[in-house]
Amino acid sequence: MAKKGETEVRPVVSILGTPVKVSYGPEDLPDFDYKEKLNDPGEYPFTRGVYPTMYRSSLWTMRQYSGQSTPESTNERFKYLLKNGQTGLSLAFDLPTQIGLDSDMPLAEDDVGKLGVAVDSLEDFERVFDGIGLDQISTSFTINATAPIILAMYVLVAKKQGVDPKKLRGTVQNDILKEYIARGTWIFPPEPSIRLVGDLVEYCNREVPRFNAISVSGTHIMEYGADTVQSVALAISFAEVYIREVLKRGSTIDQIAPLLSFHLPIGGRNFNFFEDICRLRAARRFWAKLMKEKYGAKDTRSLQFRFSTGGMGGGLTAEQPLNNIARETIYAMAAIFSGTRSLNLACFDEVYAIPSDLAIRTSLRVQQILANETGVADVVDPLGGSYYVEKLTDEMEAKIGEILAKVEADGGMVKLIESGQIQRELARQSYEIQKRISSGEKVLVGVNKFKVKEEERDLEIYKTDPQTINRQLERLKAVKASRDKGKVEVALKKLEAAARAGENIIPHLFEPLTEKATVGEIIDTLKLVYGTFKEPTTV
Amino acid sequence: METKKTIRVLVAKIGLDGHDVGAKVLIFWLRDQGMEVIYTGLRQSVEQVVEVALQEAVDVIGVSILSGSHVSIAKKLMKRIHERELDDVLVMFGGTIPKDDIAALKETGVQGVFPSHAKLEEISAFIKDNVKRQEG
Repeated sequence: MAKKGETEVRPVVSILGTPVKVSYGPEDLPDFDYKEKLNDPGEYPFTRGVYPTMYRSSLWTMRQYSGQSTPESTNERFKYLLKNGQTGLSLAFDLPTQIGLDSDMPLAEDDVGKLGVAVDSLEDFERVFDGIGLDQISTSFTINATAPIILAMYVLVAKKQGVDPKKLRGTVQNDILKEYIARGTWIFPPEPSIRLVGDLVEYCNREVPRFNAISVSGTHIMEYGADTVQSVALAISFAEVYIREVLKRGSTIDQIAPLLSFHLPIGGRNFNFFEDICRLRAARRFWAKLMKEKYGAKDTRSLQFRFSTGGMGGGLTAEQPLNNIARETIYAMAAIFSGTRSLNLACFDEVYAIPSDLAIRTSLRVQQILANETGVADVVDPLGGSYYVEKLTDEMEAKIGEILAKVEADGGMVKLIESGQIQRELARQSYEIQKRISSGEKVLVGVNKFKVKEEERDLEIYKTDPQTINRQLERLKAVKASRDKGKVEVALKKLEAAARAGENIIPHLFEPLTEKATVGEIIDTLKLVYGTFKEPTTV
Repeated sequence: METKKTIRVLVAKIGLDGHDVGAKVLIFWLRDQGMEVIYTGLRQSVEQVVEVALQEAVDVIGVSILSGSHVSIAKKLMKRIHERELDDVLVMFGGTIPKDDIAALKETGVQGVFPSHAKLEEISAFIKDNVKRQEG
């Protein structure tokens, strides 16, 4: 055994800035109260998991993000994934659809069908789900500013299939605040945008109760520069903004909180296996106490911090891309030990382009191998009780509280966004990490250490069909030719009036959509009422 | 006489892509290298970017695109730059750019292409070498 001074010990500092010991023991957890800190899985404060039996009863949902080009090709890929054993669908939209532009509008041209499917009208959306029974699947939509329209379309497709909307399962992202920071698909200024988030939550609560009306996201802000703990804490601060909005309208916390879920990152440039797990265990405990003590929630579902995880593309490297499969495998293990309910893994070729079929399948297989061949999903919270894990979980919980207190002290999240302060600070953090990688202080295998000369040429890269835009334009033209323009205008006028009157706009979206108004026309109508966001200076 | 001149760079987001942290990281880096850097913000058209480049008399336009629309945007940008007689400006593209597209971008007249894994040092060195050469 090495005595002090005899063996050199590599210094390690945690993401919290605290020194990490070589080993941990009982002295690190004095007066540890099992019932208070952990309790059994499925019991308050849910540190060990929101359900008692977790993966022994049902595995996490294996969900790979997909959707590209035209509605038909997306439909084909959906059917391919379902055939390969995927249990939930996740739909990506192209940028024009996310920003409320039709395929034929200025600025849209270069982005039609590029990062996801182009949806101009209800007909496009019907084609995406052709032959897929909406009562048989759950669908996750990565959509924010135009989320009200997409949810309304999903309800209309369900009705056409004869499926009761009350049976629909899935998630709309509907988390606009992070768009102002990281992803940039905002349309309206924060205030009316938050109101729209509230509209959707209220509507889902009444009419589509099994749908997660918001998936508060920590992933994009992490790609943008937030660290492991900030990505969770800031997501909770977004959630509080939405909660306050809906409470203001007279809903109770127990009507809203069960509709919220979180999408949180695992991995990335800050990845540390134990830190990533512990801050999610800590978040469950923090949330349960927050809901109970601050908001007076009583319903158990309000207290349960439910999250899906995304294995981050940000930690993947262009160099030696197959190494990324190893990285994603470790991320997936961390997600499983964290008690995730759903997992999407970035693919090994994502640094180059939209993933190929092979890369998507490999990410799915990583999950299936972990689930079926390794035993990692057999016991709930298997790390629980470890001196190190519990100590770190305590520290993470305290840090989440500190970050949230600072946001409030600085005037709240909306003010931080409007002034550009949060965007500036996080971008700066990203720069600092980049410099550490450049200097070699932070090791990235294959990038600044263990390098080889290897070329991308071995990878088959997915390419968008160049005919996509033409097909989409023709279809849009046909839709416009086939509708009654007078009826479209009347429906849009009604929508505008409802928005001006401050009514919940979701019920007013069905008529324009049924009359074949386009996504762009609906958004242009709402812009008349809400205005457009002006970016603050951030650099 | 040119050696003391500060290099002026316009970092631009053209199209609808909203991912701009890479652009911002580059801005911080180039400023640390002593360059003056202007940022356009998101969702700019080719026309808007070329007008800003003209008014601000920049030496370099750096376009960041992660949405896969780099080749079609580059064609439009280079055409516009030529129309506005800004051919002396050094044009660079960065972002999620597959290797196969690098040649396609260079064919349009783009001089530097830096996929997202490019090193910051490479980018600033490229600017210094090529702006100097044009002035020389």
